[in-house]
Amino acid sequence: MARILSILVGLFFTVALAWSFGLGFYTWATEPAAETAEHEFHRHPKEVHFASDGAFGKFDKQQLQRGFQVYKEVCSACHSLSHVAFRDLEQLGYSEGQVKAIAAGFQVPGTDQTTGEANSRPGMPTDYFPKPFANDIAARAANNNAVPPDLSLMTKARHDGPAYVYSLLTGYQAQPAELLKKFPDAKTPSGLHYNPYFANLNLAMAPPLTGEGQVEYGAGNPRPTVDQMAKDVSAFLIWTAEPKLEKRKQTGLAVCLFLLFATVLGYMSYRNIWAGKKH
Amino acid sequence: MSFPWANEYKPNHPFMQWMDEKLPIPRLVYNAVGAGYPVPRNLNYFWNFGFLALICLTIQIVTGIVMAMHYAANTAVAFDTIEQTVRDVNWGWAMRYAHANGASAFFVVIYIHIFRGLYYGSYKAPREMVWLLGVVIFLLMMATAFMGYVLPWGQMSFWGAKVITGLFGAIPFVGEPLQQWLLGGFAPDNAALNRFFSLHYLLPFVIVGVVVLHIWALHIPGSSNPTGVEVKSESDTVPFYPYFIAKDGWAVGAFALLFSIAVFYFPNALGHPDNYIPANPMSTPAHIVPEWYFWPFYAILRAFTQDFFIIPAKLMGVLAMFGAILVWFFLPWLDRSPVRSSNYRPAYKKFFWFGLIPTMAVLFYCGGAPAEEPYVMLSQLAALYYFAHFLIVLPVVSAIEKPLPLPYSITESVLGHDEGSHLRPAHGATEAVHPETAPGHTA
Amino acid sequence: MAETEGVRRRDFINIAAVSAAGVAGVGIVIPLISQMSASADVLAASSTEIDISAIQPGQAIKAIFRKQPVFVRNLTPKEIEEANAVDASSLRDPQTLAERTKEGKENWLITMGVCTHLGCVPLGAGEGEVKGEFGGYFCPCHGSSYDTAARIRKGPAPSNLEVPEYEFSSDTVVKIG
Repeated sequence: MARILSILVGLFFTVALAWSFGLGFYTWATEPAAETAEHEFHRHPKEVHFASDGAFGKFDKQQLQRGFQVYKEVCSACHSLSHVAFRDLEQLGYSEGQVKAIAAGFQVPGTDQTTGEANSRPGMPTDYFPKPFANDIAARAANNNAVPPDLSLMTKARHDGPAYVYSLLTGYQAQPAELLKKFPDAKTPSGLHYNPYFANLNLAMAPPLTGEGQVEYGAGNPRPTVDQMAKDVSAFLIWTAEPKLEKRKQTGLAVCLFLLFATVLGYMSYRNIWAGKKH
Repeated sequence: MSFPWANEYKPNHPFMQWMDEKLPIPRLVYNAVGAGYPVPRNLNYFWNFGFLALICLTIQIVTGIVMAMHYAANTAVAFDTIEQTVRDVNWGWAMRYAHANGASAFFVVIYIHIFRGLYYGSYKAPREMVWLLGVVIFLLMMATAFMGYVLPWGQMSFWGAKVITGLFGAIPFVGEPLQQWLLGGFAPDNAALNRFFSLHYLLPFVIVGVVVLHIWALHIPGSSNPTGVEVKSESDTVPFYPYFIAKDGWAVGAFALLFSIAVFYFPNALGHPDNYIPANPMSTPAHIVPEWYFWPFYAILRAFTQDFFIIPAKLMGVLAMFGAILVWFFLPWLDRSPVRSSNYRPAYKKFFWFGLIPTMAVLFYCGGAPAEEPYVMLSQLAALYYFAHFLIVLPVVSAIEKPLPLPYSITESVLGHDEGSHLRPAHGATEAVHPETAPGHTA
Repeated sequence: MAETEGVRRRDFINIAAVSAAGVAGVGIVIPLISQMSASADVLAASSTEIDISAIQPGQAIKAIFRKQPVFVRNLTPKEIEEANAVDASSLRDPQTLAERTKEGKENWLITMGVCTHLGCVPLGAGEGEVKGEFGGYFCPCHGSSYDTAARIRKGPAPSNLEVPEYEFSSDTVVKIG
């Protein structure tokens, strides 16, 4: 009885699935899915390497400082960095005094101590990076209806994040003629910019890194080409997303080596205890 | 209960004797995971995963309590408090990654544990209750994991909460009010986040309770083993301590090593990048998926694309998704084969390795893939076999299959001979039908 | 002989394995304990700037430093005199007013508003609050009285109100911390 019931229930589900499959297969066989421009022209991020990659990876502090300079002089006009505090910059190798000076260069929201009204004041090391726009509506209004996302977690919030940021910054180009020939309706709308590394190919952000020397690196640094600046700011954003990366990898090495040793000991002990006991 | 030859707890120290009279916890431990618990000597490494599951539960509870010390269940700050934990709290990053990856590790372990039970027939008499409690634990784990994933209040958290509670909306008549009741609102918001946090903290302790029952129920008939033949004599078993403590011990070491590699070197590999974007109720991510451990069931949910007679596709999907787990409750009565271990079931063994396992692989893969062809068709075929396997193949095969001859005893299977084997009944296979005649049951 | 050697070696491996497990246990406990100590954002050097230009002699204000109240008091000449009239060595926590203020700014008494007994906020800084029998601060929780230099004079508190680190950024602005 239980078996008959079970087979009936089984038939109910399998027939329903067969029905869904049959209709789906028919549609798929008779009406091939339309190709889309996104599907065909979207590209995976370029291959790029950073000092922080790999099991022994460490931040290149010099590069992080350059990347911070790019963020400060270019990105920060539109993009917030809300999870990072100025005090965190000491990890990039800046001294306490330098951090104070950097913080003081930013205006952060404050309160007038006599009237209680909102005003702004120079930042302190304990402050977080200020948001360039008061809220999303203001951000939208100033940026062609697109909200510039916060950058603090960007390299963790996208697949293959660091390479994605680097590719996006260096990937702006004219829309390929091939694309327009195949998908005449897919012309990049005015106000948007073609970039094959962006999920739907057209993004609102104008190319932020436009030419060599846009940011002036101090002596002893590589030439500030677009490629170099993109790489540097990507490295900086790896740090903002995961400031504990170095500590994580170093701790991991010690932990894993110890566990390897302990596991081998445990295995030898197991062999010992079971010695002579067939199983 | 125990086998008559089990070691008896005999405290030497006066304090332990006093303790044994007043509150015999040492005796309980001794009989549960000590020298007082005789275990079949032939267990293979698949039997380590029960112990590993206990380790995972402990990791989750400990790191979870830590996370709760730094977390605030409020939609305005939930995301930020997690980030602050990772960035500013001492070892916060390690706690967060251990907790997030601990959930994945727990499910890896539990899936192996479940499919070990399926292959070796551990769900069969006299261990039905162990199995039923196990399925309850699995359901509780799924609920806990789901609610935990909502807490960081990222994009996937929010949309996961919305979609999963939307499943309840598929129930005819009561669906919509039920969904609203679950969320405490029209969409996931503070009310939902707070109750999810409360329940996410509560359920693990409920799991602990059911785990205690699970282990208790297991200790009545004793552990199963790869031959599926019940324990007959002392030579079939070894005491849990030191033998299986040593074996579980080194397995824990190996597990901890793999887990540490994940936590320290690939902490985000199993997570979804979109959950690093704060929740935005105005925009759905392009491709929403649950955590990987829900993928097979998510694939089954999405496999129903057509209304079936009067039943809408949405409801069919929900029924099938819950049905896919609920069917496990009936396994002890669907599988009537007197032989437990698939090693001695030539026909069922083929269905297991060439049917069920590939099906699960396809469901895992398709559940994480976008809802496009060919993934939908693949998951439909896989889901079809999934239901056919448990509801049709299993009862039918168990009725018609001719099993291989079983060894007389565990001892015989290990050593090749057993002094008691002249007592062998005419048909080896009939032994397993009457487990109550096993010596253990006379005790 | 060889037999016993073998046994000893085997015991050694088991002991080593259990010890390794013990080390692992300690290694796990350390972060679990340390996570409860103050986090980096809390410890980050914080400072508070206070404008004192509006505080008249005899008045006091409460400000906040590290999530706790700070009393900034502009002492009157009479209060200064009263404080100096006391023989410091006779006090429970011997300190002179000069030791508790900045040179040339003896009228500015800046202390934490936290009673050194069990942490209540003493009265006396707010307008119209009781100042206790020594004219300074009075803690209502357990009756500690502080004098005009915020030194403990009576009651259970063990020491004077704590003077935080501070400096005068200008004549009218004090930076605490």
